Amino acid sequence: MKNNREIGIAGSVAAAGVALGAVAFGAFLSRRHDGGNDDAPKIARRKNQGEHTLVGRTVTIRKPAAELYAYWRDFGNLPEFMENVEQITKQGGTKGRANWTIKAPAGTTVDLKTEITDDVENERIAWASLEGSDIETTGEVTFTEAPGDRGTRVSLRIEYDARGGAIGRGIAKAFLREPEVQARHDLKRFKMLMETGEIATSAHRKSETRKAKQQENG
Amino acid sequence: MRALTWHGTHDVRVDTVPDPEIINPRDAILKITSTAICGSDLHLYDGVIPGVVPGDVLGHEFMGEVVETGKDSTLKKGQRVVVPFTISCGGCFHCQIKQYSACENSNPAEKQDMSATLYGHPMAALFGYSHLTGGYSGGQAEYVRVPFSDVGPIVIPDHLEDEQVLFLSDILPTGWMGAENADIQPDDTVAVWGCGPVGLFAIQSAIIMGASKVIAIDHYPHRLELAKQLGAEVINFKTTDVREALMEMSGGIGVDAVIDAVGMEAHGFAVDNMLDMVKQTIGIGADRAAALKQAILAVRPGGRVSIPGVYGGMTDKFPLGALMEKGLQVKSGQTHVQRYTKPLLEKIEDGTIDTTFLISHRLPLEDAARGYKNFREEQDSWTKVVLKPEVEKGETV
Ligand SMILES: NC(=O)c1ccc[n+]([C@@H]2O[C@H](COP(=O)([O-])OP(=O)(O)OC[C@H]3O[C@@H](n4cnc5c(N)ncnc54)[C@H](O)[C@@H]3O)[C@@H](O)[C@H]2O)c1
Ligand SMILES: [Zn+2]
Ligand SMILES: [Zn+2]
Repeated sequence: MKNNREIGIAGSVAAAGVALGAVAFGAFLSRRHDGGNDDAPKIARRKNQGEHTLVGRTVTIRKPAAELYAYWRDFGNLPEFMENVEQITKQGGTKGRANWTIKAPAGTTVDLKTEITDDVENERIAWASLEGSDIETTGEVTFTEAPGDRGTRVSLRIEYDARGGAIGRGIAKAFLREPEVQARHDLKRFKMLMETGEIATSAHRKSETRKAKQQENG
Repeated sequence: MRALTWHGTHDVRVDTVPDPEIINPRDAILKITSTAICGSDLHLYDGVIPGVVPGDVLGHEFMGEVVETGKDSTLKKGQRVVVPFTISCGGCFHCQIKQYSACENSNPAEKQDMSATLYGHPMAALFGYSHLTGGYSGGQAEYVRVPFSDVGPIVIPDHLEDEQVLFLSDILPTGWMGAENADIQPDDTVAVWGCGPVGLFAIQSAIIMGASKVIAIDHYPHRLELAKQLGAEVINFKTTDVREALMEMSGGIGVDAVIDAVGMEAHGFAVDNMLDMVKQTIGIGADRAAALKQAILAVRPGGRVSIPGVYGGMTDKFPLGALMEKGLQVKSGQTHVQRYTKPLLEKIEDGTIDTTFLISHRLPLEDAARGYKNFREEQDSWTKVVLKPEVEKGETV
């Protein structure tokens, strides 16, 4: 009797264990399906294998979200800190349409028409390229409050289609030569501008600055 | 203008280079009146810091007269100022908590990647100290562009001479922070490795902070003599077993705190093959950490390790076991100069601190190359070199 009972208990424990294991394995599979099993943002994955290439970064800026949002929402400001963007002209309208002129190698430019696809005041701005652009891309910037008085966490995500034909890929490469690096540097410069009112440069003379070089090339 | 420029290992020259201009609103331009050569400059001179480019203007210890200001500078033309060697914006998280040498905004965005790769985080900018730390032109020159001039520079009252205050730019605060990081208690015995400018100021600071005994370690008789004059007991590591001596001098307990004011070019250590491999792979010199290793073995269990000495890369055979098993506390870093300029200026004014004892040589800027050579090769007698741009070559200072 005693033995049977023990076997019975052991059996149900084992069964429960298997069941739990199955649940856990199911959870594992479903997490694996969405690409990771931790809390890190997608951007930090070792490989993002989708059809699109995703780049981005987060910085913390010691300024209120409202101020940062307002500056970014005015797309005409972006070339101030975006290295490759020569000019953005706003087309007006409710969808915040804008035309971008982006510097590419050998003195050429890449043109982009965008409209705002989502706009949550002081929290999020998303945009996407429109028909007739040289490249297919979407972008998003989010502003979330950092703990204490540390300011605002600003995350930039840019996705672009790197499949295309040879031409498309060429343009994509030209547009974002080192997309990771570019996004990182652009965000750093945004932070500098917001926190210090200027963009750090070790230039010794005006002729060595980014602006002077931009004008020279452009 | 004339400026001391780097051309390669053991090759620095005074060249004619373009004058600096105001670029950003918070900039100021100084006309340099006095500038010094630092032990840190010797690391550049010896080619062990990566990211120096031929033509770079060196120098991070300088002072001068304001001759031009950007529209957001708070300085006024004609003011005499000393400038911290760390460039700090004053507005980022790290500046706000007074960790100025970790400023997030002074190193240009496109220059941050190298140090971010090496150290996990980008470094703040420093004057005249490689492109790892921004590639800013330094102050061993007639003029210099000073970014964030509303944050760093400290205005000097007329009655103080250049030589009394010049070292507020670096080595005086560095020695002070070196001692502060050793968390000195009244009954403490503190040992300091290196009796160069940083070590000597650390000794002076430790005594002011109330250490009961300070023991200085070096092998240059004159430098040890200077340490003695400041009130330290001394050990010559060439003739004495340092660890044995320190145990005896601390009553068999071990010293309570140790300060490494030597850095990555410690004497008496052969770089082995492993390090050469690392050196080749990442393209930087392997750090020689003999003094630091000795300090970690000498400090008592539960003791404090302060490292103002500069290290740039990696080191091999580090006594990590001693660090953990003895439960040591370690503090280090480029100095948060802006934190200390004002209180230390007050100590200079009220006579608590004298810095002029250190200066052994005063040269015209034109003779800077000779200054580097001798500061490196005649370390015993060349304790600190001050350069004067306004003095003509051949003229005596
Ligand atoms: N943390 C900072 O912000 C900061 C600022 C300035 C300088 N530093 C660094 O501090 C260090 C010292 O600067 P300094 O201007 O005094 O340089 P220095 O070269 O004039 O002096 C170094 C001294 O260390 C001695 N020494 C060498 N090996 C030794 C050993 N094994 N044991 C004991 N002593 C030894 C030398 O004989 C010399 O006297 C350098 O690494 C420098 O880069 C750091
Ligand atoms: Zn220095
Ligand atoms: Zn800062």
